[in-house]
Amino acid sequence: MPVSLASSKVIYEGLKECDVRLVSALPETWLVHLIRMTDEDPEMILVRLAKEEEGVGLSAGAHFAGVKSAMLMQNHGFLASINGIVSFAHLYKIPLLMLISYRGSLGERDPWQTQGGNVTEPVLRALRIPYFVLDAPETAKKRIRQAQTLAESSMQPVALLLTRDLMWEE
Amino acid sequence: MLRLDCLRSIYSELERCLVITIMGAVAAELQSVGHRPNFFYLQHAMGLASSTGLGLALCLPDQKVVVFDGDGSLLMNLGGLSTMARYRPKNLVHVVFDNESLLSVGGFPTATGTGTDLDGIARAAGVPRVSTVRDVESFANAVKDAVYGSELTTIIAKVEAKGPSGYVTDLSLLENRFQFRRHIQSLKRA
Repeated sequence: MPVSLASSKVIYEGLKECDVRLVSALPETWLVHLIRMTDEDPEMILVRLAKEEEGVGLSAGAHFAGVKSAMLMQNHGFLASINGIVSFAHLYKIPLLMLISYRGSLGERDPWQTQGGNVTEPVLRALRIPYFVLDAPETAKKRIRQAQTLAESSMQPVALLLTRDLMWEE
Repeated sequence: MLRLDCLRSIYSELERCLVITIMGAVAAELQSVGHRPNFFYLQHAMGLASSTGLGLALCLPDQKVVVFDGDGSLLMNLGGLSTMARYRPKNLVHVVFDNESLLSVGGFPTATGTGTDLDGIARAAGVPRVSTVRDVESFANAVKDAVYGSELTTIIAKVEAKGPSGYVTDLSLLENRFQFRRHIQSLKRA
C-alpha cells in the first residue's frame, strides 16, 4: 500500500511534540499508518469512532480534562461533523486540531471521492475555520505545531489538509 | 415518573461527579435544582453529550462522569453508543431520560414511542450493564449503584413528557464552559 510511511511518521512526531495524548479517528486509507502508530503508543489514547462527529465531543471532553487531542478524518468525515463543529466547538470555544485527508483533489482516481474534494475548502472558508494545506514533509511538523498553537490560543477548530503529495507515494 | 423528581432524588450524589447534560428540559431542570461548577450543559450539538462524557472519562479515569442523555439525542448518535461500549470506561454512567418525544421542540414523538428499545440497543451495542427504570426509587438506586460501581452503565429512565415552562436560563454558555474546565483543573491540582 503506497501510503507514505515516512510522511505519516513525521506527522505523528509532530502530534507527539505538541503533547497530543488523545486521538480520535475513523479509518481511511491515507491515515492507516497514523492510526496504527497511535494504537501502538502506550502514551496515547486512541478512540476509534463510528462517525467523525463524535470526535468533536471526544476532543471537548479531553479539553475539559486538560488533555490535548487531535482528530484524524477524511474530508467526508469533516463534512459529516459540521453540526458538531458549529454547535459545540464554535458555540463553546473548544479548540480542535483537525487533520483531514484531502481526498478528491488533483490526481484522485476514485470517482466517489471527487465531490468531497470540490467542496472541502469552500466549506472550511464558509465556517471561518483557519486551515493550511500540508503538502511537504519538510514543513509538516512546524505546521502542526502552529495549528495546535492557534487552536489553543483562539479556542476554535483549526484544520490541516493532508494532500496526496504528502500522503501517497505513486 | 417526572425527570425533575429523578434529578432531585440523586442530586446529592452528583456532588462528587462530573456531570454532562443535553440541552433543553434536562439542562433547565438540573439548573432549577441547583447549578454546581461540576455540571456542564451542552446546549446544542444533539448526540454529543455522551461522546463528551466518554472523552472526559477516558482522560480522567479517577473521576466519575455522569451523562444525562435523552431519547432524541441518543437516537441522533447511536453509533456513539457503540463507541462507548467499545471502550467501556468503568467511570462512566450514562443516564437516558426517555420521554418518547422531542419535548423541547413541541413534543413530537420519537421512535421510542413506537417500539424502538434503547435498553435493547445499548445491550446489543455491548454496554456491560443496562437497566430500565420506571419509578423514582428504582431510578435513584440504579444511579447510586452505577456511581459507586465500576462498570460502564446505561440506565434508561422512562419519564413523562413534561418539562419546565422555559429553557433559557441565566447561566451563559461560555461562563458554564469556562467554570467547568476550571473546576476540573482545580481537582487535578488538589
